Amino acid sequence: MTAALLVTCLVDLFRPQVGFAAIALLEKAGCSVVVPPDQTCCGQPAWNSGDRATAQALARRVIAAFEPYERVVVPSGSCAGMLHVHYPEVFEGDDTWHARAVALAAKTRELTQYLDELGASSSIGAEHDGAVAFHDSCSALREMNAVDAPRRLLRAVRGLDLRNLADPQACCGFGGTFCVKYPAISDDMVTRKAADIGATGARTLAACDLGCLLNIAGKLSRDGISVRCFHVAELLAGMENTPAIGEPPDSRRTAR
Amino acid sequence: MNGATSENFSANARAALADRQLQAALGNVRVRFVQRRARAVAGLPEFDALRDAARDIRAHTLSHLDLYLERFEAKVIENGGRVHWCETADEARATILAICREAGARTVTKGKTMIGEEIGINDHLAANGIEPIETDLGEYIVQLRGETPSHLIAPAIHVTKKQVAETFRRHHTTLDPARILEEPRTLLAEAREMLRARFLAADVGITGANFLVAETGQGVIVTNEGNGDLTQTLPKVQIALASIEKMVPTLEDASVLLRVLARSATGQEMSVYTSFTGGPRRAGDQDGPERYHVVILDGGRSRYLGTEFEPMLRCIRCAACLNHCPVYQAVGGHAYGWVYAGPIGSVLTPALLGIEHAAPLPQASSLCGRCESVCPVRIPIPALLRRWREVAHARRVDGVRTRWALALWAFAATRPRLYRRVAAGTARLLALLAGRNGRIRRLPLAGGWTGVRDLPAPAGTSFFAQWQRRR
Repeated sequence: MTAALLVTCLVDLFRPQVGFAAIALLEKAGCSVVVPPDQTCCGQPAWNSGDRATAQALARRVIAAFEPYERVVVPSGSCAGMLHVHYPEVFEGDDTWHARAVALAAKTRELTQYLDELGASSSIGAEHDGAVAFHDSCSALREMNAVDAPRRLLRAVRGLDLRNLADPQACCGFGGTFCVKYPAISDDMVTRKAADIGATGARTLAACDLGCLLNIAGKLSRDGISVRCFHVAELLAGMENTPAIGEPPDSRRTAR
Repeated sequence: MNGATSENFSANARAALADRQLQAALGNVRVRFVQRRARAVAGLPEFDALRDAARDIRAHTLSHLDLYLERFEAKVIENGGRVHWCETADEARATILAICREAGARTVTKGKTMIGEEIGINDHLAANGIEPIETDLGEYIVQLRGETPSHLIAPAIHVTKKQVAETFRRHHTTLDPARILEEPRTLLAEAREMLRARFLAADVGITGANFLVAETGQGVIVTNEGNGDLTQTLPKVQIALASIEKMVPTLEDASVLLRVLARSATGQEMSVYTSFTGGPRRAGDQDGPERYHVVILDGGRSRYLGTEFEPMLRCIRCAACLNHCPVYQAVGGHAYGWVYAGPIGSVLTPALLGIEHAAPLPQASSLCGRCESVCPVRIPIPALLRRWREVAHARRVDGVRTRWALALWAFAATRPRLYRRVAAGTARLLALLAGRNGRIRRLPLAGGWTGVRDLPAPAGTSFFAQWQRRR
């Protein structure tokens, strides 16, 4: 099976390691991985800002770049949701592109979902000593229904004690441009999320979306709370000895 | 319109977040309402199937609304009542005032009605020498405080118990000032005591309607206090005030909607009182009004029938979307600046006031989708918010900064080679700015982010820069 990786712009810019972790995990699960070169962004910022024309322009590029492959895999619930749920909406009224969008939507998977489909939980070699809190991103939860998959994979990490948050349905306050348009409200939301994370007692947080992770890690860091934040793929690929999100670049740690 | 401040949502929200009493009061929404609904839903395995049925009933009714409205009117007339069609709030106010004047009314008791809020009926009656008296406990508190409701079903949710006691002391001056007012039960008893005489003295009773049943010409209201029954049976004239979309075809349909309504709203299986009224007192009836009027407001709704916004008219005002919304939970209802708050309010307000008067509301959402996930009639609220954003963008009321940022980003994102260079450069720049800290505490032009949280910095080389090197 050939999987085409949509790297996502946040991974490209902020956390390239997540992309490499995804490739490693997919290859280990038996996929050959392609990274289509012309990809930029899925168009979600435009779509959520009411700019349909730009969303269409970007979606057309993604569709053209990814439709030759059997699977489209995205290490982000919200970008996966954009392809899986919203691309067909973006092209309402345009029969040709709508059909192509529907076809692409059908083969789009959020990363953990696809790894789970491939039965990757039996081949996860990573280890983790201690508790990890898991944050459900709203899109992974409600658009992709990737709820059990990331948990099954994380539980397959040897020594990892998975902790759910008190209110897993609650948004962390990222919401794309929402968090900079309404910082005070976003802060209220991420403050509650940070408290829920603290209450689990876990010193590590994992999630499937870099947007949430940047928001949460940034808040925890601002408040001086030491919880290490990773994308799920990084933990599954055994990359937790590298600096966590927002940690100093030279803070390469060995397992505590 | 009606002193709406929806345009100032941002400032309203900041003030709300800084209001300690309000924040204490809002804790109830987050915990009580959410937990109760969850329990009720868990206790009914067919709840999701019921939601589908409820959605279908509402959608069917809206697509044949003219038919059901006419059938309803015919039934009301047959029952001896009258229906008044009002296209605008002005017409509805004038109609109600005329009915009250004809009855020689001095006082009017009121059950809960959001349409009453929408048309500003209390102020209009008061300005014309008729005293309106709210009889729902929450509405009564809000009225004494000179406020407006901040929640669809819990109008005084923004008020703490202590504030209620203070309000009662200030207004109930005939009672012993030394009385103890600590328990909710005591407060309720005092309100009852004060309201009893008003119920008996009222000339006209105005209630809302949760549903209007076309098959029988009946209005349906649900309450937990019984105040609605006293409001509609004691005065000699009764007015049911509702908007066009409250219609349901049959009693059977109403019963399906009642089942999802109570569970979604308060987590009850049924509200304590579910009352059907169908017309004036008939020969042999023990009680009931001499005259029965139904005032039906369009208020700008009909223009959305058959449009992509039609699903918003399925709403049955359960408030589940408010209760589960992190934005509503953070700022409460008044910040939204008009009658309807929360996610559904952010869809309805631009529709009924115009997007120009409510432009911030559809933006004030992380589009987390929890509202849609709890809506008993499955209104796609996030999609409708997005539609409003599209309208705002097309009409250029979405803000100059947003438009520029979007245009710049779009320019780069549609040019992969340029985009690669911009991304790689940004990654390097952010890494440089963060230095050894790994995070950025202040970033010019990004105060929205760094004002409340750090920006975790990239390691320095973008994915695609590394990818190219590796290959």
